[in-house]
Amino acid sequence: MTEKRIMLGNDAIARGAFEAGVKLSSAYPGTPSTEISEFLAKYDEVYTEWAPNEKVALEVAAGASIAGVRSMACMKHVGLNVASDPLYTLAYTGVNGGLVIVVADDPGIASSQNEQDTRMIARSAHLPLIEPSDSAEAKEFLKFAFDLSESYDTPVIFRTTTKLSHSQSVVPLAERKEPEDRTYERCVPKYVMMPASAIGRHVVVEKREEKMAEDGSAFPINRTELRDRKIGFITSGIAYQYVREAAPEASVLKLGLINPLPKRLIEEFIATVDEVYVFEELEPVIEEQIRAWGYSVKGKELFTKQGEYSANMLRRVLYGEDLAAFSVAEAPKRPPILCPGCPHRSVFSVLNSLKIHAAGDIGCYTLGAVAPLNVIDTTICMGSSISLLHGMEMARGKEYIKNWVATIGDSTFLHTGINSLINMVYNKATGTVIILDNRTTGMTGHQEHAATGKTLKGEPTHAIDLAELCRSVGVPRVITVDAFDVEGLRRTVRESVNGDTLTVIIAKAPCALLKGQSFPDVCECDTESCKKCGACLKIGCPAITKNADGTVKIDETMCNGCGLCQSYCKFGAIKKLPRA
Amino acid sequence: MNIMIVGVGGQGTLLTSRIIGKTALAAGLDVKISEVHGMAQRGGSVVTFVRYGSEVFEPVVEEGTADVLIAFERLEALRYAHYLKKGGTLIVNDTRIDPMTVVIGAAKYPENIIDTLRAEHTVYTVDGGRIAAEIGNSRVLNSVVLGLAARHIGFTEEEWLAVLRDTVPQKTVEINTLAFLRGYNS
Repeated sequence: MTEKRIMLGNDAIARGAFEAGVKLSSAYPGTPSTEISEFLAKYDEVYTEWAPNEKVALEVAAGASIAGVRSMACMKHVGLNVASDPLYTLAYTGVNGGLVIVVADDPGIASSQNEQDTRMIARSAHLPLIEPSDSAEAKEFLKFAFDLSESYDTPVIFRTTTKLSHSQSVVPLAERKEPEDRTYERCVPKYVMMPASAIGRHVVVEKREEKMAEDGSAFPINRTELRDRKIGFITSGIAYQYVREAAPEASVLKLGLINPLPKRLIEEFIATVDEVYVFEELEPVIEEQIRAWGYSVKGKELFTKQGEYSANMLRRVLYGEDLAAFSVAEAPKRPPILCPGCPHRSVFSVLNSLKIHAAGDIGCYTLGAVAPLNVIDTTICMGSSISLLHGMEMARGKEYIKNWVATIGDSTFLHTGINSLINMVYNKATGTVIILDNRTTGMTGHQEHAATGKTLKGEPTHAIDLAELCRSVGVPRVITVDAFDVEGLRRTVRESVNGDTLTVIIAKAPCALLKGQSFPDVCECDTESCKKCGACLKIGCPAITKNADGTVKIDETMCNGCGLCQSYCKFGAIKKLPRA
Repeated sequence: MNIMIVGVGGQGTLLTSRIIGKTALAAGLDVKISEVHGMAQRGGSVVTFVRYGSEVFEPVVEEGTADVLIAFERLEALRYAHYLKKGGTLIVNDTRIDPMTVVIGAAKYPENIIDTLRAEHTVYTVDGGRIAAEIGNSRVLNSVVLGLAARHIGFTEEEWLAVLRDTVPQKTVEINTLAFLRGYNS
């Protein structure tokens, strides 16, 4: 009997890669794509790695493909922007061994900086895009994607979304099929994209896309489900599930191939049903093409381009009401916050006390933007903190940035921050960059990176010394400080922003959630000595709350004993003691 | 069956949803579970869903469709109670965790939440943290809460315990079993 397992979408994608005989996968962590690589790393047959960024990851996978093996790169939607440079040209070169790029979109922006739609990128890069709608399909469609990649000589984008990646459903397992490594043959017109070759390959790209649009109508990943013919839905991915939930009797054309669209299949479906709804999250990618073919369909005039869809949303449109039975209660919001014992809090508390603005970056430390820390003023994309600070200085002069710093995490610094730092050195900047070095990729769930000394597979490797790296590119002043040394940090930051020398401060202390740490201490507030001044509350630690009389209480199960609150208590009421 | 589990990031709601899902799977049912990863996990309000039956489509539970809502904290119970269907069951871990908005004085923690909820719903409460501490490990509070919920969800005690033993870390099987039974028999 086939073994059935309940699997996370990302687990199923990894399993699909394993069964498809993938030999190499390279990735940079990013919610909601991260776990694909972590699951894949458990299979000994597959070489997996963390790359410093998505561009590197895709190029590594492309190298493996050219060398004749099945390979994969995984990233989140905004990661594909970083990998766009190789992406658009790999569409021209095509592949040797199958090459699949798994891209996880985040409709609803659960953990991202925007809500872009990868299907638009697939269209502009002229690459096939496949989208599954549950874990079992994720595994099967991924195997199909590799077959497609090899038979049409093209990289394939495999799109997932947060709901799919992070939901579990039942998956029947199969054995791994080990494909023969393909022979490499030197072929300049295919692999060397200089103008003479690229002009020729552009023709190939268009012909390939036209052929796939034709053939796609017969692909098994598209499915027509005819039921009541009064209403028909054209849909894909997780949106299909909402359609089945809200309109179980309606006919459905469920697309697995989103680019190029299988035109004939869609036209047949439209001819079969009276009224057609296109139900797709985010951009009207399917809808606009169908309209351009001259058909009248319902779509974005009824359904938003923002956020995740739901069955209730569809019910409201179809039946004028949803299933909600009770009204929504008023409840104070509970946004995410930095954890107890988080070293970022210490750095931000110092910056806050010095009234310094920070150009921020991508990581947990984005939470330094909100009350009560209120330090971060900008967050755009990976690595941007350093370049934004530089732009401000070059535009308005060095005095303008005396109350500004850039803050960036260790993993993000290695991703794309280093390029921006080189730019500062080269163009004679004087700003202050703080690397929040918590020894891990924190927000995505603690992945190794090039400065942690371990690979994705957990093997020991060289750990890049961030201070030496900064010095080697010519940063004149590099200072490492313990992130919890509040006084040392305050002094160093003040000196740095007031000076005229480009400075990198490495604020170092491990993430409070990093495995293998012990927290021998716990903080306690002596309510007799507490003067109710509220200074400790300004650091925004979730373990600290107020008693009814205004004194402070520290929850001992939440407290990690970092002692930051103690540093801010002028009256000696808070004490850090060995945990009982 | 539609089950929704809400709490504060770090309370162990994910493990709870996985145990419920596995128990349903072991009973031969189709199961879908939806989880929250990434930034929202950092002390924020977190939601997971478990759905099972002969065939399950969407992995989420929507407003007005939850048979059982398991809340690991009072305010979170209040925030999501409207997801219950009429006649649904609300399980509340009777504890208070102040969100930062309350700590810094930007909002007030609502009074008498349990009474408010009882006006519209069938509510069962348990002080999971206290019971967990009593049996020697405050971190097993999720098993206490799961135990209470399990009695209202269905499946047999043996079916639950088999999956629990298989899912929690080996070293904690005994204390988790004890915690589950305290909740189950409360």
